[in-house]
Amino acid sequence: MGRYVARRLLQMIPVFFGTTLLIFLMVYSLPGDPVAGLFGDKGASPATIEAIRHKLGLDLPLYEQYWNYMKGIILHFDFGTQIRNDRPVTEVLGEAFPVTLQLATLAFAFELIFGIGLGIIGGLKAGKLADNAILIFTLLIISIPVFVLGFFIKMVFADNLGWIAPNVSNEQLWSEMIAPAVVLGGLSLAYVARLTRTSMAENLRADYMRTAVAKGLPKRRIIGVHLMRNSMIPVVTFLGTDIGALMGGAVVTEKIFNIKGVGGLIAESISRREGSTLVGLVTILVIVYLVTSLLIDLLYAVLDPRIRYA
Amino acid sequence: MRGAKSAKWVAGAIVVALAATACGGGKSDEGKAGAGAVDPNGIFSVELGEPEKPLLTGDTMESNGSAVMAGLFSTLVDYKADGSLEMINAESVTTTDSKTWTVKLKPGWTFHDGTPVTSKSFVDAWNWNANVKNAQGLASWFADVKGFDKVHPEAEGAKPTSDKLEGLKIVDDNTFTIELNSAVPYFAHKLAYIVFAPLPESFFKDPVAAGQKPVGNGPYKFKSWDHKKKIEIVRYDAYKGPNKAKNGGVVFKNYTTLEAAYEDLKSGNVDVLRQIAPKDLPVYRQDLGDRAVDQAYSAIQTVAVAFYAEQWKKPKQIDPRVIQGLSMGIDRATITKTVLNGTREPATGWVAKGVLGYQPNAVEITKFDPAKAKELIKAGGGVPGNKISIQYNADGGHKEWVEAVCNSIQQSTGVQCVGDGKPDFQADLTARKTKQVKSLYRSGWVLDYPVNANFISDLFRTGAGGNQGDFSNKELDAKIAAADSAKTLDESVKAYQAIEKDLVNYMPSIPLWYYKVNAGYSEKVSGVAYGQDGDPILTGVEVKK
Repeated sequence: MGRYVARRLLQMIPVFFGTTLLIFLMVYSLPGDPVAGLFGDKGASPATIEAIRHKLGLDLPLYEQYWNYMKGIILHFDFGTQIRNDRPVTEVLGEAFPVTLQLATLAFAFELIFGIGLGIIGGLKAGKLADNAILIFTLLIISIPVFVLGFFIKMVFADNLGWIAPNVSNEQLWSEMIAPAVVLGGLSLAYVARLTRTSMAENLRADYMRTAVAKGLPKRRIIGVHLMRNSMIPVVTFLGTDIGALMGGAVVTEKIFNIKGVGGLIAESISRREGSTLVGLVTILVIVYLVTSLLIDLLYAVLDPRIRYA
Repeated sequence: MRGAKSAKWVAGAIVVALAATACGGGKSDEGKAGAGAVDPNGIFSVELGEPEKPLLTGDTMESNGSAVMAGLFSTLVDYKADGSLEMINAESVTTTDSKTWTVKLKPGWTFHDGTPVTSKSFVDAWNWNANVKNAQGLASWFADVKGFDKVHPEAEGAKPTSDKLEGLKIVDDNTFTIELNSAVPYFAHKLAYIVFAPLPESFFKDPVAAGQKPVGNGPYKFKSWDHKKKIEIVRYDAYKGPNKAKNGGVVFKNYTTLEAAYEDLKSGNVDVLRQIAPKDLPVYRQDLGDRAVDQAYSAIQTVAVAFYAEQWKKPKQIDPRVIQGLSMGIDRATITKTVLNGTREPATGWVAKGVLGYQPNAVEITKFDPAKAKELIKAGGGVPGNKISIQYNADGGHKEWVEAVCNSIQQSTGVQCVGDGKPDFQADLTARKTKQVKSLYRSGWVLDYPVNANFISDLFRTGAGGNQGDFSNKELDAKIAAADSAKTLDESVKAYQAIEKDLVNYMPSIPLWYYKVNAGYSEKVSGVAYGQDGDPILTGVEVKK
């Protein structure tokens, strides 16, 4: 298992360089000049534009820019500075990630608890009324676009009932994050519920279940240990990749609820051609993805001892 | 010749920066709400986006940063709603020939760190801002001053040969003179711009730190900047200017969308908005009652012609009558009322309202007259290919009106018209810079200083910064030069008024409409007024107990 982990960690290196290079090239190939964009309709003297480009190293050839950038990250943990406001990218990321982490944690907890909860009910009562109700409910959630759900929740709970503030304030209190977390986690919740339900409904008919029942084990143990453990593998896989998606933050959700997280930052960086910010963001997201997928793979062995790592 | 007469920046559709304290005497809604005593130390909040750049006087070009800077810094002069000057940090700004200007400062002013404001504070600040090494976006504002080409050479990559503007001379602590390259009758008006603010000694030791924590001489001092969350400024009690703050301070709150800010206004979490989102425009007057603001400010939207495009150049230069015809084929009244929800006012000339020299109904070609439009286009030899397109950036909410304008032209003149959307403002700008615009493009201008020259010279002079369509006409250049060398401000303004009327013979662009401030404020505040740049005037706001 140690070797397996080491191998996986080593694999991260080419992935890391590959993704950063790709993003770097993509931003570079977008039409539009970030420095000229600073001046808008009124333009600026070529000397000023040149001076800014030189200061940021944007006048160098692309490969040199990429080289300097990677050198900065690896040697000094320096992600460069933003073109617009001269702020270090690490600082900008340091502000956005905790906010998104807060939102993602809540959303994840929400989808985990309610998704699996609904899935268990549906799976155990497969074909019954409760199961059908859950299927209809999840179908409904899947088919409603995020911005509709967001505005709906705002309208009902903020405008009409007045239970919550319409927007997340700049202090980002946990209580304010509940509504956006519900919206953000809603879609995944439906998938988690459906995955859990199907997986459990199938495993209910498996041989080991019949054996467990025949042995006269208590129902709690049959469902809690035998059934759940085996049914969780596809769900855990989905949850793992979902952490990455949640961290990427939903641009739409963040916008609707006035959250200054990663999603908005990504959108802003693209429209402003802030290459260094974007690569920094993506680098961190890539690491999040890689680490969670490694953890998920290791979790398989816990869930199903037959899975071995060489 | 590039940049000779300043004024060429602004980030996009966003509003340029003039001290929000500009037109300090502006209209006021005081006393309407009646009840509630005023708390002189009350703090109120304003909706604001994250400033795009550090808070430097030489680099603050967009409205988010300039709204804050207007509170932190005071310039020598400011102007009132009618475009006339008001002395702020200067006791007097005088000239006999419009070429050499003498500035006398009011004595006893201090920066927020307690150091005195002297002639040197201004001269050093201007030298620093003008220097190409410091890459300040507003550097070209000093292009009028003698010796600018040495401090800021035009060519790419050129090194400055001096770090001091030759034209600036310190006479004593409270007096300095400015010598210009040539006469500029309206130079004193330009001095209201933030780039001409003074800077304290501490700035030059660490400009980077100063950009995050500016020390100014204005009615408010800087308190904190929590990036993307809020900026706080508090009243500076030792402030000597005429525009002392009537409140204790301002919190600028950051919002991701205008919709969110509007919801917060309704639920009492923010006090002053600068703009209402398109979605809420149809309802905001009912929602807010007399707290809804609907006021003109000095900006204009136009459709400019890309004169370098084959369509207008080959086989021969386009006849201005064709563009006149296109202009008369646009039903501005209907479009501003329906598509734009009454947030714009049809333009009747190239100079926006509220600037010195604005003349109502300056030209005829903005009247909607399909018959005349067809006639003019025919007389001018028709539109080459009988097809035009209007380039715009799709991220700025322009699509709707561009399509409406196109429909209007198509219906009234029979000329095919399509919108040419670029995904975002960056791509739009690149197309303009690299001269890829195929036909016409969306353009706009917000005042830099309240004189009509700003809407003519800075846009239509050959090589001017705002002239991105390659419009060039020797006759017009000569007229502009003559207007600039007029002896007095009055004469210059009159000469520019004549030029504005004359522009119909060149048609460098098609004026569409003037901008309006559509905003609102909460029940907690009164005395909320907006300057000519569209920003709320912070110092006049009164907070209720």
